[in-house]
Amino acid sequence: MRRFRYILLLLALMLSPQLIFAEEEKHEELNVQEIIFEHMLDSYSWHVTKIGEKDIVIYLPVILYSKTSGWHVFSSRRLHENGGSYEGFYPADQESAHAGKLMEKMADGTMVRPIDLSLTKMALALLINGALVLLLFLPAARWYRKHEDDREAVPGKYVSFVEMIVTLVEDSIVKPCVGKNYRKFSPYLLTAFFFIFTCNLMSLIPFFPGGVGVTANMSITLFLAACTFIAVNVFGSREYWKEIVWPDVPTWLKVPIPIMPFIEFIGIFTKPIALMIRLFANMLGGHMAMLVLTVLIFIGFSAGKVLGGSMTFLSVLFNIFMNALEVLVAFIQAYVFTLLSSVFIGSAQVEHHKKELKIDKE
Amino acid sequence: MSLLIPDSGLLFWMLISFGVVFFLLAKFGFPIITKSVEKRRGYIEDSLEDARKAKIQLAKVEEDSKAIVAEANKEQGRVLNEAVEQRDKILANAKEEASKISQKELDTAKAQIQKEKEEAMLSIRREVAALSCDIAEKIIRQKLSSEEAQMDMIEKMLDEVSTLTKAEKTA
Repeated sequence: MRRFRYILLLLALMLSPQLIFAEEEKHEELNVQEIIFEHMLDSYSWHVTKIGEKDIVIYLPVILYSKTSGWHVFSSRRLHENGGSYEGFYPADQESAHAGKLMEKMADGTMVRPIDLSLTKMALALLINGALVLLLFLPAARWYRKHEDDREAVPGKYVSFVEMIVTLVEDSIVKPCVGKNYRKFSPYLLTAFFFIFTCNLMSLIPFFPGGVGVTANMSITLFLAACTFIAVNVFGSREYWKEIVWPDVPTWLKVPIPIMPFIEFIGIFTKPIALMIRLFANMLGGHMAMLVLTVLIFIGFSAGKVLGGSMTFLSVLFNIFMNALEVLVAFIQAYVFTLLSSVFIGSAQVEHHKKELKIDKE
Repeated sequence: MSLLIPDSGLLFWMLISFGVVFFLLAKFGFPIITKSVEKRRGYIEDSLEDARKAKIQLAKVEEDSKAIVAEANKEQGRVLNEAVEQRDKILANAKEEASKISQKELDTAKAQIQKEKEEAMLSIRREVAALSCDIAEKIIRQKLSSEEAQMDMIEKMLDEVSTLTKAEKTA
């Protein structure tokens, strides 16, 4: 997200009207879609900022494995220097499914996607966010380990804060939703919550270590949903599987044609897919809205100075609102993901559900 | 469209970064925090329970001590009363005893005095008798210094004795 840069740039431009014309002449065609997708998509380098005419870019390593030519490891600076292509790898077509990625040109002219393990902008952002999460919790955990036997130790502000957020998640989400086996799943759910929350918040910071919408990326949410899927199904109780294969419904619903088991089976996959799409769509939506509001400024200026000025005012106003909203959404989405994961895990921990009911009736 | 298609490279990096974070936090992070918090919670609950118990105990002790003090006060009053009673009784007894003893002493003294008086009277009588005998003897000696007087006397005495024996015989 470089809208802050745009806003600052714009303020500078407003002070010198002559420059505006120059800028307008340079960028006559304003491709809104391209600007937005450039921000939402991954890239091989991290464009930090622009000072004057000089771009400040972090060039990240490109790691590719081709079945024909083996491993290729090079800095993305090479791509930049060679107009996007290097060592037989070319950027994919903008319209294709792999837009923005490198493709290998084969001998017969076809483009094949290599195995791409490049440390991209999003990968780096993930590492930074992960490090931040560790930095938040490990020192607090060390304090606890140090004071393990001292029952009257009083934690300081930082440790108290960590304790507060950890107990908040554990007491209000994990314990009530997972049930009595919560201890086994609590570390995963806590990690998921704080990882997502940190990523969401970092994506709202418009400059270097932040500003990358990792949770607005399908790969990330797919991974997180897959973790929940594993937690639900691998650690599911026998009763849970019994209810899928042989649910408690009239027999004709399951014997000749297994309608209910089929629906239950579909349900296994729809739950994590819902998790994946929800987080992705919410974060993507918020970022898109902010980007569109920012781009409005440029659209306004391409129509005229007066419109541009008023558009700027409105845009900044709306962006402040959107940012505040997104901070809320950042928390809510992390909360919802953890909550639903807990509920799904908890529902897979059912035990002797029917027996209890019978006892109740008696 | 590429926005919707998961990328294997990113999945790999996500696996590394989330995996490392999860591993470290699950091993060294959250369990110790939650365990310590739970332990502290238990400790606080125990302490509160202890404090509650101590309070109850204290109240009980206070009540007991009050009861003890009240009991002691009562006892003190009782003992004082008893002491006063005892004192009065002893005094009365002592008075009675003293008066009895003094009476007795008085009586013995009186008796002694009486006895001594009698003895004195007796000895005085004896003295007087002896004295009167002496005097009588002396008088008689003086009176009977002559022969005729002695014969008269004898005569007279004989008369007297004979009258006495006559009287006795007649009697």
